[in-house]
Amino acid sequence: MNNLHTITVTVNDTPYERTVEPRLLLSDFLRHDLGLTGTHVGCEHGVCGACTVLFDGEPVRSCLMFAVQANGHKITTVEALGTPDNLHPLQEAFWESHAVQCGFCTPGFLMSLVPFLEQNPDPTEEEIREAISGNLCRCTGYQHIVDAVKLAAKRK
Amino acid sequence: MAKKYVGQRIKRNEDPRLLTGQALFVDDVDLPGMLHAAFLRSDYAHARLVSIDVSAARRRPGVVAVYTAEDMGDDWQHGPPLVSPPPTVKDIVFHSRTQVPLVKDKVRLAGEPLAMVIAESRYIAEDALDDIVVELEPLGAVVDLEEALQPDAPLVHDDLDSNLAAHLIQKKGDYAAAREQADVVISRRIVIDRGTAAAMENRGYVAHWNPKSQELTLWDTTQSPIPIRNGLARMFGLSEHQVRVIAPFVGGGFGPKIMMFYPEEVMVTWATLQLGRPVKWIEDRRENFYATNQEREQVHTAELALTRDGHILGLRDDFIHDTGAYDPYGLTVPLNTQCHAFGPYKIPNYYGDLKVVFTNRPIVSPLRGAGRPQGVFIIERLLDVAARELGIDPVEIRRRNLLPPDAFPYDNEIIDQAFVPLVYDSGNYLPVLEKAVEMIGYERFLKEEQPRLRAEGRHVGIGVVSFIETTGIGPYEGARVTVAPSGQINVATGVGTQGQGHFTSFAQIVADQLGVSPHDVHLVTGDTAQFHWGTGTFASRGAVVAANAIHAAAVTVRGKVLKLASKVLDTPEEELELVDGHVRVADIPQRSISLGQLAVLANPLRGAVEPGTEPGLEATAYFGPKYGATASGAHAAIVEVDPETMMVDVKRYVIVEDCGTLLNPLIVEGQLHGGLALGLGNSFYEKLVYDENGQLLNASFADYLLPTALEVPRAEVSHLETPSPLNPLGSKGVGEGGAIPVPAVFAQAVESALADYGLEILEAPLSPNRLFELLQAARVTRDA
Repeated sequence: MNNLHTITVTVNDTPYERTVEPRLLLSDFLRHDLGLTGTHVGCEHGVCGACTVLFDGEPVRSCLMFAVQANGHKITTVEALGTPDNLHPLQEAFWESHAVQCGFCTPGFLMSLVPFLEQNPDPTEEEIREAISGNLCRCTGYQHIVDAVKLAAKRK
Repeated sequence: MAKKYVGQRIKRNEDPRLLTGQALFVDDVDLPGMLHAAFLRSDYAHARLVSIDVSAARRRPGVVAVYTAEDMGDDWQHGPPLVSPPPTVKDIVFHSRTQVPLVKDKVRLAGEPLAMVIAESRYIAEDALDDIVVELEPLGAVVDLEEALQPDAPLVHDDLDSNLAAHLIQKKGDYAAAREQADVVISRRIVIDRGTAAAMENRGYVAHWNPKSQELTLWDTTQSPIPIRNGLARMFGLSEHQVRVIAPFVGGGFGPKIMMFYPEEVMVTWATLQLGRPVKWIEDRRENFYATNQEREQVHTAELALTRDGHILGLRDDFIHDTGAYDPYGLTVPLNTQCHAFGPYKIPNYYGDLKVVFTNRPIVSPLRGAGRPQGVFIIERLLDVAARELGIDPVEIRRRNLLPPDAFPYDNEIIDQAFVPLVYDSGNYLPVLEKAVEMIGYERFLKEEQPRLRAEGRHVGIGVVSFIETTGIGPYEGARVTVAPSGQINVATGVGTQGQGHFTSFAQIVADQLGVSPHDVHLVTGDTAQFHWGTGTFASRGAVVAANAIHAAAVTVRGKVLKLASKVLDTPEEELELVDGHVRVADIPQRSISLGQLAVLANPLRGAVEPGTEPGLEATAYFGPKYGATASGAHAAIVEVDPETMMVDVKRYVIVEDCGTLLNPLIVEGQLHGGLALGLGNSFYEKLVYDENGQLLNASFADYLLPTALEVPRAEVSHLETPSPLNPLGSKGVGEGGAIPVPAVFAQAVESALADYGLEILEAPLSPNRLFELLQAARVTRDA
């Protein structure tokens, strides 16, 4: 594979220039080339949603995109939301509601929900469940995640 | 001592790192010079390996090594049996056949690894798999459990006479005599199919042998790091001090991440020992469907003998259990099934004939519930059929058979998975059932709502079941509690953690003893360099066995703190209290000393101490129960069946759980919610479909359906607390209880919704399609 491409991708407001194979998945690019390991890979076929990131502000499955497709675009990952000492309000609500168990799927849920709450600041339970129906969680049964979204919405 | 933190809904210490993507998972480990492994897997479920040519793969640029079984020489060994067969039972048959690191002669399951490629990147390693030329001679596959025992069935293990892996008969009382006396005998064939754990994080291993320091480090998604460390040291002739196994944050376990060993786990470790460079392998989802252990398939012929008024006289449960291609996990799962068919009921006579068979499918080992859901499904289904035949209300027939509160400890006189008698330590079953009945509004639903809805043409039904869960089994766990000079409390325990909230619930226990906030307790789990005795996180035992070891260590440290503080403050111990990280004189709070200062005083750098003095404020303790703590519960559901699509909508779901002393209700409820989601999958969505060649037909999340937020209902949870007398905290496990009874309650509720058709559900999981078929068959019978 000597068919390499030089791409520039802005991730969490930092521009990165890298030379990559065209087949490199965006998820692998973020995790292994940039070391942003907060984005998790659960299925690599676009169902589980663990690898969800924002692509120019819209949630996408980073396992279903190639890194070269992100050339010239803006990517936002969970690392941009908050830090352990300064959590994003949605992260804070997840913490208080016990919406995290093993935590592997959590970054994907957060990245699906941040734009959802921006577009729909006062969602019903049904709307919340619909919004996260593309993210799989095996630990929580979703109930506390739904509660966390309601809590975050209430506080806005 | 008053409990300030145990029992409180405290948010978790571990969450800020998990929420921000800062927590370390195995795939996040990145070491200089790290190589990547990929495995060539068999396309056939059963085949003879004729030849394998890896020369082209070895020539590919970027490939560092390619290994087959032949390349391993004497290091090629069968895995050790993880659980031994029960030693105390007479006439038991058990054939131990354990997995191999790479196939040498014969493939026994689709996906079994044939060769390993090590390359500079995972992409190159996977490219090189295509360069390997393999010749396999396919053999007839053993898939069906009953056909596996036919005389003409192909043999999974050629050195055995048949595919029978184990045979065990357990008895209590005299079932034949009880059957003679019975007014009614209910006999049914009941089938439970296979599912998979599908933890969101697949398995992964990063192994690093440092030739200079002569140390091996393995980051492993295991639930049992200490046995893995011990086993690898033994396997590769290393001292246990040279091997460190770290199970960092693990993205869900649910059982299959306890295994000793997975082939990839051995191979990655063996490869780093050959190459002296770190080697990483991360399972992908497709591999997870083929190469990670699964569970649940059994075929039962079960019989319940009762009096006319619905009292159980005896149970007979003959069943075949599928262990897959190998049986490293012994009889744990089917023994759990036998035991949990007893339920919370008084069953004076029992006869159980268990046959375990080898098939050409992935290995069976515990999956959240671990044989328990099957046992519960058997007894609950039989009770429902009996209730219908005898004209007794389903809840009432359960009431009549529940063990009374004065029955404990209650000995069921058979052995359980820990090979000790199945004794229920404590329980109070009727209030649990009545609470669920009250919460779901059982009487009102049957009298008012169901007839009204039926008149509207809707098919809405109700189900209520009782169950027990054996939890907190031995052998033991241990922990070390230390007061650091900073005043921080450090706790180390050997169990791994996969989301259960150990960093918080265990911290609460220590905080109560030492008068600090749980947030000041720093806990390490799953690192053999920090604590090196223990077995692991399984069988709903963390909150019982590890928690009580931590409690014991904390109590001892408290004693040391008080003794030293008494000397320093010149005050009798009885007059001291531990508050806010200080020891102070109860009546004179300004006379106090911090725990950190005491820790410094307890570890002098010069001077003399009394002989026999131990340094520091530290204690190590172990806890091993005589037998497990038995939790119990009742679940109730209202479901609606759409007669057009056969979709089942769970309208309400009630969980009443008695897991003894609640350490942290928030965490307990989270466990119950998650269990319910898996149980719902096992009821209606999740079935691994194998064809007659042993090929899995739905090996993706697009085809194997995990319940989403749209399918899983909101659970209404209530707790009762009957503390276990077997441990000082009074705790019982709750990790699996949420999942165990769900298929049983689901089946009862669907039957209730379709009562017009006299439908009998004798299998799990269902699906809309399967429900349609059953309904068609019931219609034919009804209209005939």
